[in-house]
Amino acid sequence: MDINILVGGAAGQGMDTVMNLIGKTLARDGFKLIYSKDYMSRVRGGHNFSQLRISAKTPWSAAAGTDILVALNEETYTLHQDRLSSPGRVIYDPDQFSLPENETRGVPVALKELAVEAGGKVMSNTVAVGALLLLLGLKTEPVEKLLGEMFAGKEKVITGNIAALKAGYDAASSFCRSCFTMPDRGEGEKLFIDGNQVLGMSALASGCRFLSAYPMTPSTGIMNYLAAKSTDYPLVVEQAEDEIAAINMALGASYAGARALTVTSGGGFSLMVEGLSLAGMIETPLVIIVGMRPGPATGLPTRTEQGDLDFVLHAGHGEFPRAILSATSHEDAFYRINKAFELADRFQTPVVFLSDQNFADTHRTVDPFDFSRLDFNRYLLQEGNLESPYMRYRITDDGVSPRALPGQFAGETVLVDSDEHDQLGNIVEGAEERLNMADKRMRKAAGLAAEMDEPDHYGDPHPEMLLLGWGSTYGVLRETVDALSGAGLKAALLHFSDIYPLPRKRLLSLLSETRISFCVENNATGQLAGLIRRETGHQIDRRINKYDGRPFTAAEIIKEVENHAGS
Amino acid sequence: MPAADAYLVNEPAWCPGCGNFAIREALAAALAELELAPHKVLICSGIGQAAKIPHYIKANGFNGLHGRALPPALGAKVANPELTVIVESGDGDTYGEGGNHFIHNIRRNPNLAHFVHNNQVYGLTKGQASPTSDPGMTTGVQVGGVHTPPLNPLGLALVMGAGFVARCFSGEKEHLKDTMKAAINFPGYALIDILQPCVSFNKINTHGWYKKRVYYPEIDDQENFNRALELAGQWGEKIPLGVFYNKPRPTFESAQPALTGEPLAFRSHDPRDFSGLQKEFF
Repeated sequence: MDINILVGGAAGQGMDTVMNLIGKTLARDGFKLIYSKDYMSRVRGGHNFSQLRISAKTPWSAAAGTDILVALNEETYTLHQDRLSSPGRVIYDPDQFSLPENETRGVPVALKELAVEAGGKVMSNTVAVGALLLLLGLKTEPVEKLLGEMFAGKEKVITGNIAALKAGYDAASSFCRSCFTMPDRGEGEKLFIDGNQVLGMSALASGCRFLSAYPMTPSTGIMNYLAAKSTDYPLVVEQAEDEIAAINMALGASYAGARALTVTSGGGFSLMVEGLSLAGMIETPLVIIVGMRPGPATGLPTRTEQGDLDFVLHAGHGEFPRAILSATSHEDAFYRINKAFELADRFQTPVVFLSDQNFADTHRTVDPFDFSRLDFNRYLLQEGNLESPYMRYRITDDGVSPRALPGQFAGETVLVDSDEHDQLGNIVEGAEERLNMADKRMRKAAGLAAEMDEPDHYGDPHPEMLLLGWGSTYGVLRETVDALSGAGLKAALLHFSDIYPLPRKRLLSLLSETRISFCVENNATGQLAGLIRRETGHQIDRRINKYDGRPFTAAEIIKEVENHAGS
Repeated sequence: MPAADAYLVNEPAWCPGCGNFAIREALAAALAELELAPHKVLICSGIGQAAKIPHYIKANGFNGLHGRALPPALGAKVANPELTVIVESGDGDTYGEGGNHFIHNIRRNPNLAHFVHNNQVYGLTKGQASPTSDPGMTTGVQVGGVHTPPLNPLGLALVMGAGFVARCFSGEKEHLKDTMKAAINFPGYALIDILQPCVSFNKINTHGWYKKRVYYPEIDDQENFNRALELAGQWGEKIPLGVFYNKPRPTFESAQPALTGEPLAFRSHDPRDFSGLQKEFF
């Protein structure tokens, strides 16, 4: 059995504290979790909630139901009580509000009063964690240990929090001792990490030396992660005055030899578009992470969508090769960001990684990453192969010109130009020179295409029903396929991490044998389905779209599939 | 070390008589006298007539987008602080399209020399007003004459905290060369606003117009902010030239722990050394 916990309250009430304490403690014990957030674009007030799902099988998406509701305010109970399972429980503070008389699932814990007794009302959430532990049949010691690590050196804070934790545990004990059974745990310690942290960690381990960015939800977490590392690692993080500066700074750093990254969301990427075109023209490596949220314009700033695939496919004036990657999971993202840096360096062109709020803000438990699987190749010109004068845009068969850095070779200079240029980088306007250089650039597209990974095929090897998706919907689509297969259907998922140039071998093979295909996307128009249509001529039979700013649930997809499958 | 002439490459596509020629020659002479080898110098520019300079000087060059000469210069400085980085563009590029970068890089104070070719008009797009055009100037777009007061680049730079602020004139080449050398050697952001005629499109601020007005004021104390601001505000009958302000403050680079030691661009890297990053997530 899964256990689903929902913690809700107003922005600023500290739902994160509760989930991080519980989540990290359980991850250390080998439990498999997913922790996702639903929050509003405000600093105080409103209604935010977080969901934690604990499962014996790797959980891939938040569940629709709730077993334990931690209601930090009355609104949380009102909004979520209908999803509470019948053996469920509601932890709440009876001094703040009362539950209806017919509500039998209440676990009243005087969160605030007990926190004040323990040392301060700021520790109310720690009291709630204590009550949660009791309900889950767990001991307080592992959380006590974690509190000791989190507040190392602050003895008063540690003692107070431990007192608060125990007070919450004791207060709940008369109501529901071990009324939930924890699911089986996995083997070994697991990382408890969110999508943005995975992206930042992979970038740093991949040799990224410069991040320039302007803060924008949902990608700011990557900035925070890397900025915290910049005091101890060979890395500079600069908050740019705008996204135009961010991408142009990154290009300058990359030109001069540092692996460079910029991160943003759709609105910021709009400002970067001229710079993207520049990267294509001057053939300078660049990785851009675009964390998608619903648009147009400011849209729903803290919510999720896959609405910018068409945008990044077509962004930038003129024609130049590019790669667009996404990831199926936290595990995949770790290696995929490394691939983005490698492709950018090898083909000297921009690579866009599409993240979204659902991926960026969701914590999962994952097995430790294998850092020895990360590559670090700069594909730079070696001294023995230098021909003088050095030509930055030497015409080659594969379109990739030997790249040197400014200052790398005495007596040789490196000139890049946003105007059309000759092999030396000097401005030209001749028709033949233009054709030669445009063809050289576009030849790199074939090299990129050869490096694209085929989409992940999950489920029936010869499905009658094929679901297609990309990016953060992988987990929920896997669970959908599991459910459909469980119901006796021959169903499979084909899920893209590398999106463009579109890998087509497995796609065409499966489409040719399947009876009905569904493209499931967190957008209104079905942008992957459109790309497949443009690139292969194949029309996907049905498009399942969700664009209310919330991630899919498996139940929603199954309902849509059942509606269409008969027709 | 090469002589000044060795830094002059390619045939400039500027109009005969353009002030850019003298600026180019002054820069070549400054680089030669400072004995800066071409492969150790980087010139970043935007778009415009002035921004073609990386094609005409033997050095590394990043000829980027209109208005965006400063951001790549900052990035390049992060990757390799050993490069001497010079930013060069026109008044439209720097003070108009790139105004935001101008303001914020003064605040950052990276070790860059910024040479702005200020001819008070748009050349490449054929004669529209620039942010520094004098009021009243009529153009194909400003048909009733320029209504808006001009941007004062040196005054703005001073109040934003620039450590090195100077004005030169392309017709005073020796002074320009010496000031360029001082700006390149200055530890931090150094701005020279270089007045130059545009022979094709600016019929008001001609070579003769400038020649009649420019003068060298007495500047006893280059750390006197109020005096510098007063000189930056002088315009019209008398236009002062010289280094108005010269007072270093901590640079952008000095605040970055990663920028000590070997340039980031050339450091080795092994991803396996980074597996300890996972620890905090257990």
